Amino acid sequence: MAGHSTYEPQNAGAKWLERRLPVLSLVHGSFVAFPTPKNLNYWWTFGGIAFFVLVVQLITGIVLVMHYTPNDALAFASVEHIMRDVNYGWLMRYLHSNGASMFFFAVYIHIFRGMYYGSYKEPREIAWILGVLLFFLMVLTAFMGYVLPWGQMSLWGATVITNLFSAVPVVGEAITTWLWGGFAVGNPTLNRFFSLHYLLPFVILGVVMLHIWAFHVAGNNNPVGVDPKSDKDTVPFHPYYTLKDLFAIVVFMILFSWFVFYLPNYLGHADNYIPANPMVTPAHIVPEWFLLPFYAILRAITFDIGPIPSKLGGVIAMGGAIAILFVLPWLDTSKVRSANYRPVYRFFFWLFFFTTIMLGWLGSKPAEQPYIAWIQFFTVLYFAHFLIVLPVLGLIETPRKVPDSINDAVLGKSSDAA
Amino acid sequence: MKNLMFKSARALAVVAGLAVAGPALAAGEGPHVEKQPWSFAGPFGQFDKAQLQRGFQVYQEVCSACHGLSYVAFRNLAEEGGPGFSVDEVKALAAEYSIEDGPDSEGEMFERDGKPFDKFPSPFPNEQAARASNNGAYPPDLSLMAKARAALRGFPWFVLDVATQYQENGPDYLYGLLTGYHEAPEGVEVPEGQYYNPGFISGSTLAMAPPLSDELVEYSDGSPMTVDQYARDVSAFLMWTAEPHLESRKRIGFGVMAFLILFASLLYFTKRKIWRDVDH
Amino acid sequence: MEHTDTAEPSRRDFLYIATGAVGAVGAGALAWPFIHQMNPDASALALASIEVDVSAVEVGQSITVTWRGKPVFIRQRTEKEIAEATEVPIADLPDQFARNANLEDGADASDANRATTGKEAWLVMVGVCTHLGCVPLGEAGEYGGWFCPCHGSHYDTAGRIRKGPAPENMLVPPYKFSSDDVVVIG
Repeated sequence: MAGHSTYEPQNAGAKWLERRLPVLSLVHGSFVAFPTPKNLNYWWTFGGIAFFVLVVQLITGIVLVMHYTPNDALAFASVEHIMRDVNYGWLMRYLHSNGASMFFFAVYIHIFRGMYYGSYKEPREIAWILGVLLFFLMVLTAFMGYVLPWGQMSLWGATVITNLFSAVPVVGEAITTWLWGGFAVGNPTLNRFFSLHYLLPFVILGVVMLHIWAFHVAGNNNPVGVDPKSDKDTVPFHPYYTLKDLFAIVVFMILFSWFVFYLPNYLGHADNYIPANPMVTPAHIVPEWFLLPFYAILRAITFDIGPIPSKLGGVIAMGGAIAILFVLPWLDTSKVRSANYRPVYRFFFWLFFFTTIMLGWLGSKPAEQPYIAWIQFFTVLYFAHFLIVLPVLGLIETPRKVPDSINDAVLGKSSDAA
Repeated sequence: MKNLMFKSARALAVVAGLAVAGPALAAGEGPHVEKQPWSFAGPFGQFDKAQLQRGFQVYQEVCSACHGLSYVAFRNLAEEGGPGFSVDEVKALAAEYSIEDGPDSEGEMFERDGKPFDKFPSPFPNEQAARASNNGAYPPDLSLMAKARAALRGFPWFVLDVATQYQENGPDYLYGLLTGYHEAPEGVEVPEGQYYNPGFISGSTLAMAPPLSDELVEYSDGSPMTVDQYARDVSAFLMWTAEPHLESRKRIGFGVMAFLILFASLLYFTKRKIWRDVDH
Repeated sequence: MEHTDTAEPSRRDFLYIATGAVGAVGAGALAWPFIHQMNPDASALALASIEVDVSAVEVGQSITVTWRGKPVFIRQRTEKEIAEATEVPIADLPDQFARNANLEDGADASDANRATTGKEAWLVMVGVCTHLGCVPLGEAGEYGGWFCPCHGSHYDTAGRIRKGPAPENMLVPPYKFSSDDVVVIG
């Protein structure tokens, strides 16, 4: 992460530390003097916003564990204890439950930003892959966290998702039994999910550090998509982007607070205020909103594909929808990074965005016609974007002229505006 | 930046347009729930203490025969943001209940008078006993009922609800259910031991007999003694049992919002001042 | 732009200071809920008072009850025990204060001040050694009262520290006899 530091320790203590563990110059080089393209727009603040929400989740999560009991007989009541008796317990829980949604909201914007501006392209492939890994870890963590209150949606969501593994040929049943620690989702399942839900956020934190390290090697991408060529193209991270990110975080907190204080249950599901009952399934099993597009793709495969039964096909399609993101850097054949200079790609980008929104909406609908047909249609669009549009478009599209440098682009824009 | 924002807005408009153009897909999922006026709705909403007290009276005299309130303690009735009973009233009220405690020094369970820290005792010792007394139906606990029921809102309402802060789906549903008992229309078969109610969330008949009737509960504050008023009062009361910190949540929320807007404005000007010397 | 250069520093400083101050206030306010959540919650505070039926406790017998998660010793003392405790001059005691939550802070550690008026035979105290929080053993130690096995503190028949590392007499909690047979603690 270092390499840009002009840091000179000022006092004796700092000098003493610097000779033994150069952590101050590391921080200085990575988050103070770090040369950052001067043209980053507000879409670039969502990485910092996501990190902020991760910290909120870690702190409120540690607090909630001080009062929560991971036991199938006590979990639901312990959550109500938090909501009713613990000092500011309701605030801690609503921050945490809505924080999960906020985290995904910020990360989705962060991912779409990366796609629009081609941030995954050479030499930032590893940063992108680590990002997809982070997203996958978030999905796992959020899923297991939703199980902990042990309401109806907790139990049945866990049942449905763990049953996905039963689609695996031959060993499927052995895997689900192993995951459950029994013959259905029960107390052993709740305990291991609790353990992993506590562990994974720290893994996420570690991978975040690698993610930052990876993109600090190449430096930030930027809206023009041209690497900085001189000092004119960059500003030091502090105070320019510390202030800009902080401003964006505080604006984001307004949205966050809107949900926490005024709509705390809007993003949740009413059925999760009913204690888990293994004898009765709720009428509609619906995951949280941020998993809906993948849930839709799971249900798109309603037919057998050769030797693959539809159940396994759905699981493969859903897994593939995330897995395909890992190889995105090699599917896009265009050398131009920013969609600002790729008019045809820009159209397909927004089509892809629309596709994911529609998949999300359809994922919340019951598994019946005409929804299934629409889900299949948009699932085809989803995969076609990666497997057909991106490889072909790079070969046939004529991009607009890319500016020579960031500074040229910025000055050009200013004179346009004037 | 502006260009991009414009385009995203346009894309979102397309999304919205298409979704609206779709047929009324949401129809036929759950009962139709009428919005009711509630004192606790909106960013400054507060409970009407008199209404909560009346609602508690309805719960106590009618609902509590079959439905528990097991997450609520007597002391909660005297706590801030609730119905506003005095501590002495709550002590007297709790003492009317008999609570199983023990074991004593002989190892026997015994009954004693309720104390403010006790939770409301449930009318049945367990689910099986409840079903046995109710023709196989299980009267659910009401502590969280106002948050555990919600009719689907459908597009575009679920988007607009974010802006209008509509969170009263639960009490609206409860009110609709309690006032929804009718003669079954021609051709609708009502099974033995069931009652017709189109306001019910799963199916149009349920095992609960119409619990309310005019003049059933004697109000002392001059409020109308009608099914409509009883239903409103008890729904409001159940909103409080489900969300006892609603008032302080909204009050703190307003302070947080005001602070964040001030802080964001200051940061905005600070940020602009710092960036003034950079061509960007 | 140059004309602002002279006026600018003070205005800019003000903006920075205001932003920083508002941010600091916000951070402070935000910290409070995260600290306060660890304090005893509403259900714990509500349980802070218990009633104990002591009709079965004969002279020379003790019972131990739980109050706020700690043991409380309730003992009906013998005439001999009371006499022994009363005879000790207060000046000889390592801790000369009553440590009785029902009395003024400065009350002396006389035997009467360790019990309650009209019920002098009864000793009600939190059974926690004032050294490092262990539970002392009853009818033990050099003074026939309590003995803490952890670090060897000896308490007399009024629960006062007489020998060993403990600094104070065992605490008498707030209590009263609501009838002859019932003690309300807390």
